[in-house]
Amino acid sequence: MQLFKNTDFDFLRWKWPFIGLSLLLSAAGLISLWAKGGPKYGIDFRGGALMYVRFAGKPPIDKIRSALNKHFPVDVTEVVGSNEVIIGTDLHNDQQLNQARQVMQDTLESAFGAGESGKLDLNNSGSEALADRFRDPLQTAGVSLSEAQLQDMAKAITTARDTQHSGLITDYNSLSAVPGVTPKVIPVLQRETFLSPFNVRSTEIVGPKIGADLQHQAVLAVLYALGGMLVYIAFRFEWIYGVAAVVAVFHDTIITIGLFSLFNKEISLTVVAALLTLVGYSMNDTIVVFDRIRENLKLLRREPLESLINRSVNQTLSRTVLTSGLTLLTALSLFLFGGSVLNGFAFALVVGIIVGTYSSIFVASPILIFWQSFVESRKKRPQSAPPSARLQRESVGRRTAKVK
Amino acid sequence: MNRNLKVKAGIIVALVLVCVYGIIGIPRSRAELVQNWKNNIHLGLDLKGGTHLVLQVQLQDAFMADAETVIDRLKEQFGKQNIAFTDITRNDLASLDDADKIQITIKGVPADRTNDVRSVASDDFPDWILTPINSTDYRLTMKPSSALKLKEDTLNQTMQTIERKINGLGLAESSVQKRGRAEAEAELLVSLPGVDDPARVKALLEEQAMLELYEVKDGPFGSREEALAKHSGVLPFNTKMVPAVPRRGQDQGWYLLARIPVVRGADLRDARPSQDSQTGAWETNFVLDQDAARRFERFTEANIGNRLAIVLDGKVLEAPTIQGRISDSGRITGAANQQEASDLALNLRAGSLPARVIPEEERTVGPSLGADSIKEGLTAGLAGLIAVVFCMLVYYRGAGINATLALILNAVILIAALAYFDATLTLPGIAGVILTIGMAVDSNVLIFERIREELRTGKGVVAAVDTGFSRAFLTIVDTHVTTVVSCAFLFLFGTGPVKGFAVTLVIGLIANVFTAVFVSKTIFDWEFSRKRVATISI
Repeated sequence: MQLFKNTDFDFLRWKWPFIGLSLLLSAAGLISLWAKGGPKYGIDFRGGALMYVRFAGKPPIDKIRSALNKHFPVDVTEVVGSNEVIIGTDLHNDQQLNQARQVMQDTLESAFGAGESGKLDLNNSGSEALADRFRDPLQTAGVSLSEAQLQDMAKAITTARDTQHSGLITDYNSLSAVPGVTPKVIPVLQRETFLSPFNVRSTEIVGPKIGADLQHQAVLAVLYALGGMLVYIAFRFEWIYGVAAVVAVFHDTIITIGLFSLFNKEISLTVVAALLTLVGYSMNDTIVVFDRIRENLKLLRREPLESLINRSVNQTLSRTVLTSGLTLLTALSLFLFGGSVLNGFAFALVVGIIVGTYSSIFVASPILIFWQSFVESRKKRPQSAPPSARLQRESVGRRTAKVK
Repeated sequence: MNRNLKVKAGIIVALVLVCVYGIIGIPRSRAELVQNWKNNIHLGLDLKGGTHLVLQVQLQDAFMADAETVIDRLKEQFGKQNIAFTDITRNDLASLDDADKIQITIKGVPADRTNDVRSVASDDFPDWILTPINSTDYRLTMKPSSALKLKEDTLNQTMQTIERKINGLGLAESSVQKRGRAEAEAELLVSLPGVDDPARVKALLEEQAMLELYEVKDGPFGSREEALAKHSGVLPFNTKMVPAVPRRGQDQGWYLLARIPVVRGADLRDARPSQDSQTGAWETNFVLDQDAARRFERFTEANIGNRLAIVLDGKVLEAPTIQGRISDSGRITGAANQQEASDLALNLRAGSLPARVIPEEERTVGPSLGADSIKEGLTAGLAGLIAVVFCMLVYYRGAGINATLALILNAVILIAALAYFDATLTLPGIAGVILTIGMAVDSNVLIFERIREELRTGKGVVAAVDTGFSRAFLTIVDTHVTTVVSCAFLFLFGTGPVKGFAVTLVIGLIANVFTAVFVSKTIFDWEFSRKRVATISI
């Protein structure tokens, strides 16, 4: 099966419409960024506290908000598609931030903890705390366990809770399958513990100083990476190729960040990681096309630059679309199945790969053409000789013989 | 079979065996297989659950403590040499950035004793620089090189104390590392995998655990004013006021204690929790070292009937009456449960922190989220792999099988490399593995497309395959280099999970050059050696 056998699209004839499209997309993104006051930074860059809580049923958002607002202003959002909420605060006071997690957890406990004081929360305790709690009551109930057996059983209970029930046990009987939990043990569990309707999945607390540092470092990293690429490609080909490649990748990055802003998605540390990866990956397609252009410049000495570039792009079309398509497949499966933690990361990859492929074909190559016409118009040689390939080669293909 | 081919095949088989061994060892049962897998692949905090803390060490505390020691010794020296002075004080350092702005101000020295002051300063305090403010006042500031050394020493000591505290908790795989340079950031990275009660650990780490035993001069008082009133407005010489830890149902009390403690935390040899046999209450027993024991014995013998204040972190815990001579051991009562008594013992054994630590960043992943993340990562990986393999088989037919084998070997090498390098697998790391699958296939596509092109120009099968591989090799390396370079930046800039992603992607790409070129070619060669082929399925 072959999709792109001997294609002959005249890509460069459509360069203006495509550049228009690029500008449109970039503008849309930039406007969205400007309107929303910049990208939506995740907690890594902003600082603050974030807690992910899963509820057994539908989360009572208003109750959560009112219970927590007594201590400090919170932002409660529901995660679509699951019974999870994200509780966030924008605190910047170090002292308060430090206590934030404990305060949030305690407030949730008292608001939803079924009010049974003195009992331990089975869904939010560690195995050691459970073992400590059960030690004496189990003895009284006539269940004799050695210390090691007690610890093992507590560990087995928490492992079963976390791996099989996603951290939330709603019914004591579901624990009867756990090794060590005999019918005598269950009544003790019921007496000493209660099942709160929520489970804290993760917390993140980032001090304001670290957040600011990270922002700074992220921007630097992206700039350095772009600079590094420019140097590498200028070294392997010529500097104009380097500029074309960097402009294309920069365009990809702007569009991706713009789309994040449009869809109101957060830019977290992993998203920046995805962007950096894309900088490197997007270069791949561009390099393959440039490689072919260079080869053809050597082979087809008399062909005008525009049609030569067209031919090169057509020749590599099959490979470009195929590999991008396959990498896109893996990025899509990450986006669809990878879970909520990697969602932003996967979205950045999916968008970046699509836009990156597009820019390798429709942005990087036209830049070479533009540069060449620009150089030509500055030279203004007398039209004695035919406007031969020689002249056209001077700017773009100058050092072809030397390289490789 | 061609000898060359045998060697190549042998290398590949050996590599596969080494990789498989690295991942699962030589298991004798299914349980052992799972156990080996768990041992060899280290899961990051975001997959296993656990806490990650960034602590900022308040180095300025150490500078202030050092200045106080210098002030004490200065006063002693001036006393010996009969140099009069009105006051010697230090400034207050509010934050970490102010640490090296420590200053000691000496006031009121008679103008004719200048030379003596200078010689005391240069002889006994070489780390400090003396500058006169006017004829009677002087200022001491720390030399930059000494300041730097103090910063580094304090950072190291804090790190070691925290390490001891963590080891005392028995947390396997937990670690403390320095982050940033001592002159600038003074941060410690504490990684606590598997900790499901971060509140307790945080409290433990933050506690300075400075234990001191003082002679009680007077008290308890209801407030500072009450104490001052009793002593007509001025505290007696060599005493200080110390607040007490508020107990249930009581107001905050204050005690008048001797200024210098009889015993300091550094004098402790050991500390253990124990349970009172009669009341069942938990308490912490401590044992003093020899020198301190002798001092303590003399003190208690001379003070029977008086009270002794047990002060922890600047607050009086309790003030029992001395019943008889005590030599080397004592106990601290009042712990609410076993965990409290044992935590205090742990802190006393670890030693006190030379400077406070403030948490700047805290990330806790609950074990349930970790388990879910692993499940989701594996599902995504499987879906991606199946999709890619399906496409390759449909598009390249027989050669697609070749690519699939290379791909699977690529993944195996990647995971084995992680196991051998003791690298940590994080959730972004799993994403890296999945991405590697997508990118790895790129190399195969490059080669196969080239082969197809060569076949179209009419070359023979074997020649086409050879040319395809050789022409595509350089392009493959080129394309991988750019991704590897940006991963290098990622590694430098990113934190834990992101570093994991960069590492897996880089290893995957390097392994890919090997599998896509060497292994694929060998498979083709093997196919050709079996029978003469006029066409290949590609």
